[in-house]
Amino acid sequence: MQYLLLLYLGEADMAAASKADSTKMTAAYAAYAEAMVQAGVMVGGNRLRPTTSATTVRSPGGKTQVLDGPYAETKEQLGGYFMIEAPDLDTALSWAERCPTASHGVVEVRPVWPMTDYDTDG
Amino acid sequence: MSDSAAIAEAVARSSYGRLVAFIAARTGDVAAAEDALSDAFAAALTTWPAQGVPDNPRAWLLTVARRRLIDTGRRSRTSVEAAAHLRLLAEECAAESPTAVPDDRLALMFVCAHPAIDPAVRAPLMLQTVLGLDAAIIASAFLTAPATMGQRLVRAKTRIKLAGIPFRLPERADLPERLGAVLDAIYAAFAAGWTDPGGTDVRRRDLALEAIWLGRLLVSLLPEEPEALGLLALMLYAESRRAARRGADGDYVPLDEQDVSRWDAGLIRQAEALLLRASRMGVVGRFQLEAAVQSAHGVRRQTGRSDWAAIVRLYDALETLTGSPVVAINRSVAVAEIQGAASGLAELDRLADDPRLADYQPYWAARAGLLARMGSAADAAAAYRRAIGLEADPAVRRFLQGRLAALVSVDK
Repeated sequence: MQYLLLLYLGEADMAAASKADSTKMTAAYAAYAEAMVQAGVMVGGNRLRPTTSATTVRSPGGKTQVLDGPYAETKEQLGGYFMIEAPDLDTALSWAERCPTASHGVVEVRPVWPMTDYDTDG
Repeated sequence: MSDSAAIAEAVARSSYGRLVAFIAARTGDVAAAEDALSDAFAAALTTWPAQGVPDNPRAWLLTVARRRLIDTGRRSRTSVEAAAHLRLLAEECAAESPTAVPDDRLALMFVCAHPAIDPAVRAPLMLQTVLGLDAAIIASAFLTAPATMGQRLVRAKTRIKLAGIPFRLPERADLPERLGAVLDAIYAAFAAGWTDPGGTDVRRRDLALEAIWLGRLLVSLLPEEPEALGLLALMLYAESRRAARRGADGDYVPLDEQDVSRWDAGLIRQAEALLLRASRMGVVGRFQLEAAVQSAHGVRRQTGRSDWAAIVRLYDALETLTGSPVVAINRSVAVAEIQGAASGLAELDRLADDPRLADYQPYWAARAGLLARMGSAADAAAAYRRAIGLEADPAVRRFLQGRLAALVSVDK
């Protein structure tokens, strides 16, 4: 199964971190990503630019509205994601637990709904 | 009921959870396993009376359920179900006609108590999938509307399937943490069986025995886990008194009036040994403390009196640990045994403002008993009436009515 790990972090905290701390943090993410590649679970992943760069689009009734800013204003913001291949939820959770985000933010784990399953799956 | 129907029902009781666990562990889909099994049981009820009961009813049921799943899988378009379908086909091709179905019930229990499952639904889920109880019985045991309980169970099973919760035991390091939820659910199962102490409803009586069976299985898997030992000891103490809880005429006999010669000495010995083993591990917990209370009551076999001082101390520890008003009620009764009814009542009064106790029968029964001992007949009678109105078990109701009647006759 594939699972998407959604990484939610306080952007303000990240921006306020010292140079040394953010270097350490970057290194931790690099090591984590490398470990997932070595274990053969990594499908893909990226860091996202802060929500100040986000733009949302809606087309209610065919009339497109474009707004600056993220979809939801929350305490933590979506700051990146990893897609992983794992046999079951426990394995996915064990990778989520290792993610540096988990120690200062929140990692949401979502099973991927394969397109082939749309007909019958619940 | 015909013999074969009776056998079908007996097999259903003893095999249901084992078959659900076996199938679900191979497909990841609890609801589909339950559906296939219920079809298999229905087929048994029509086939067995005509063709006779097969030599190995459990294997027969498994085969029918598996074919049903394979048929469903053939029509299925989903990748998850297709993979499960292939696995089942492969087993079918291996011409497996298992004489003994491997026991995956423990794995199923840990799935039910998985951290990804809402804590409130873990015990109900375990009762339904491992023990085969229907949602209505579970709902009444958990004071929930049957429709609400049914929805919760369906949602939890969907979650197990779609989130990919694995059917295996947790890693050793995670075991202790995940054990608490499993223990709670087993005890809930035991309590649900225990509410029919007369043993008139065979299915509910089996529930207590099934819970003890699960407790034994847990202890064999986790021999170093003191709370697993404590839970099993607690259930065995309670079970040891089953025969003594009812008089010859089916009337309720309270613990302090039970004939100790009717307690099962063998079960008590097992419970004592388990509790001793647990205590040597040096980590105390709720179940060990509750078992120790029962052990202190057991002292009555030798001395003619429960060790009330020890019981008060144990309830002190339990109250600190759990903050439960139920513990506080029991503690008050124990205090009354040592310091007199007035002291016990003073302890009970501390709880009077807890809104949860307004409809809690044991609180009113305890109050009534203490008031009666103090000679406050009118207040005692009012409390007895309240307890009687709250009691669901007819035998206990009769007992309380008897106490009330005695009170009124003395008063005259």
